[in-house]
Amino acid sequence: MSEILLQIDGKEVAAEEGTTILVAAQSVGVSIPTLCLHEKLEPYGGCRVCSVEVESRGRSSVVAACLYPVEKDLVVTTRTEKLDRIRKSLLEMMLAHAPDSEPLLELAEEYGADKDRFEKEASFCIHCGLCVRYCTEVKKANALGFINRGAKKEISFIPEIASKECWDCKECFELCPTSALQAAFVLIEALTAPPQPTTKSCHSCG
Amino acid sequence: MPRINSCAELEELRQEILSQRDPNKPCIAICTGSGCIALGAADVVTAFKDEIKEQGLDIKIDIRETGCPGFCERGPLLVIYPEETCYLRVKPEDVKEIITETVLGKKVIDRLLYIDPETDEKAVKESEIPFYKNQMRLLIGDNIKIDPNSIEDYLAIGGYSALAKALFEEGPEKIIASVKESGLRGRGGGGFPAGLKWEFTRKTSAETKYVIVNADEGDPGAFMDRALLEGNPHAVLEGLLIGAYAIGAREGYFYVREEYPLAVENVTKALKQAEEYGFLGKNILGSDFNFTVQIHQGAGAFVCGEETALIMSLEGHVGEPKPRPPFPAVKGLWGKPTNINNVETWANIPLIINQGADAFASVGTEGSKGTKIFALVGKVKNTGLVEVPMGITLRDIVYKIGGGLPGGKKFKAVQTGGPAGGCMPESLLDMEVDFDQLTKAGSMMGSGGMIVLDEDTCMVDFARYFLNFLADESCGKCVPCREGVKQMLNILTNITLGKGKPGDLELLEELAEVAGSSALCTLGKGAPNPALSTLSHFRDEYEAHINEGRCAALSCKELIAFYIDPAKCKACGACIKDCAPEAITGGKKVIHVIDQEKCTKCGSCLEACPAAFGAVSKMSGEPVPAALPEESRNLG
Repeated sequence: MSEILLQIDGKEVAAEEGTTILVAAQSVGVSIPTLCLHEKLEPYGGCRVCSVEVESRGRSSVVAACLYPVEKDLVVTTRTEKLDRIRKSLLEMMLAHAPDSEPLLELAEEYGADKDRFEKEASFCIHCGLCVRYCTEVKKANALGFINRGAKKEISFIPEIASKECWDCKECFELCPTSALQAAFVLIEALTAPPQPTTKSCHSCG
Repeated sequence: MPRINSCAELEELRQEILSQRDPNKPCIAICTGSGCIALGAADVVTAFKDEIKEQGLDIKIDIRETGCPGFCERGPLLVIYPEETCYLRVKPEDVKEIITETVLGKKVIDRLLYIDPETDEKAVKESEIPFYKNQMRLLIGDNIKIDPNSIEDYLAIGGYSALAKALFEEGPEKIIASVKESGLRGRGGGGFPAGLKWEFTRKTSAETKYVIVNADEGDPGAFMDRALLEGNPHAVLEGLLIGAYAIGAREGYFYVREEYPLAVENVTKALKQAEEYGFLGKNILGSDFNFTVQIHQGAGAFVCGEETALIMSLEGHVGEPKPRPPFPAVKGLWGKPTNINNVETWANIPLIINQGADAFASVGTEGSKGTKIFALVGKVKNTGLVEVPMGITLRDIVYKIGGGLPGGKKFKAVQTGGPAGGCMPESLLDMEVDFDQLTKAGSMMGSGGMIVLDEDTCMVDFARYFLNFLADESCGKCVPCREGVKQMLNILTNITLGKGKPGDLELLEELAEVAGSSALCTLGKGAPNPALSTLSHFRDEYEAHINEGRCAALSCKELIAFYIDPAKCKACGACIKDCAPEAITGGKKVIHVIDQEKCTKCGSCLEACPAAFGAVSKMSGEPVPAALPEESRNLG
């Protein structure tokens, strides 16, 4: 693996080929905000909160730091007025879905995002994909997925699989930045029967 | 049919085919592309076949069912050889006369000819028709000459000679050099230099590589690729073969949108015939080049025209774009180096190999070589597919070829680039159309959709249309597109409904920056363009909607009112008869008045009012004048 030299926020950085801007930045103490990123999961590039400005061969563009691989002589800026505007708007659009989400509110404070900017949306889900990706990549159970597309996209538990896998797991719950996952699970609870009582003790009360 | 195993055998077969064809034998070439089929061409074909059979002329007259030659406004259409007489808007009832008078009698039927609306000049030959004459039909000009289901027709016009030259005279390096020198840029919208992309893919070392034909033509109103696939599938295949050979790919795919069944049918037949004749499969033309290709159909997603989403779909995943880098040339289908090009790009390759890079590059502008097929649609007299050299002016396309706007309406703008494109107002009509000029003007080439708009088009509603389209087609993975397009659509919809507020335009521009900069793919990145472009040239229309409640084009229903001018109304009752919600009061000799509460803005009254009276008009942005008091409504 060859070493690549680039610049992040004025700092010279050396990183191995294949490293993302996000990881390279972390190595020199530059932190970039993220939402849909998780150490156990492949980077997704869905929230775009990690957007950074890059300049290479005379061209500038905005890219997702969690995915974009380091390039020789790349000049990266992680905080600009334009990026601030972008992150603020992204947060405001997501807060319209989940105005009580702690991770969103934390970032909202940093970027001056107003949770009431846009009209409230019916669904909590911000499609960070953490639940779906965790179940697919880590648990390899594929108990939940996305259905439909665009603004109509939803997360959905697959009843046949969820009824077998989810009762004893629910590991995805703590990943969800909003209440969407719990809401979706309540739906699937109604459709699937709980497993027959066994000698196992109840998780909540023992 | 024994396989062709060498260049020599190919030429032998070609000569044999040509020697069996008498160029003086009457041949009626009838367009049976999707457009003309929709206009009833199948019945015209049947009528010809029946009539010919009845008159016992089977061996004397050939019928050729072809793909689309482009003059879609005037279909069903046909060309009679050898005279090249072109008849338009042909009906089954015309068939008997055509055979008797023209095919046998060599006389022309005037009413079926193209007549210039200004000079009344009749065009007898296809090549004399101004619509065709002012084009440069290097690609689409072949459509009328061949039956897409006959590989021998393709061979008769020189087909597969480029493949033979590529395999036996040039070799991969020379081919790629030629394509680079030709200056060919991708015709799907990206405009990336094709030769360079081929070179990247060739240079990535891997045992397995792929080539893909992107036939997921999704821009509303665009049908250039459809015409090429339906009408000349072998030209596209030949280009693909040459590319595959140059790049080092042994497998390829046609990814065709599900909504093009005739294209799928014709490509399927072409692939089968190509294999029979030795242009596909093992040891093509006796060389050591092996290549197989499959057709894969899309499932109704515009986003799958984006190359990485297309690849995901081909792999069996949900069609969602992937980040680039890595680019498909390095890591594409199933992680292998993949070269994906648009249908029209592939179709240009045989031209480049046959005539050479220099000849190809002699057409076009400095930065954009060759021709481009545009789907010229909208408020223009001659709608259809037009192939023109890069560098032709918008004015020439719209007026010389398109024949100008119908109904005496005033030109407003031309839109190119589909949902990621922009519009050019009258001040830009003399622009020389090419990739860079269009981008400079705030639009883009796109895949070739060219929509002409007139004074009756509301530019706000027009931008709303594209955002509505994208809201439906967005894959939904990233926030800026999924949420941003929805919010932009909301704003535009409200403006057209008369609910626009101060601050809306600023918010629109803010959202445009978010989506345009941070979206995952070009669907999201291009989404703001129609709105931004119309805002930049027609901001006054937006502001009038918001601040004055006025739609300048008199189009947005919530902002217009229909009004009967009492000074012009002759109380004839025509509008009352057609008014479905019964919103018009009055009667014989009693001036008609529209009840604005009941009016549904359907426009029937405007159509019904006799032109001589012209009492009904639309108004916007001002209060409807108070109706005359009832006593004063009696006409003497």
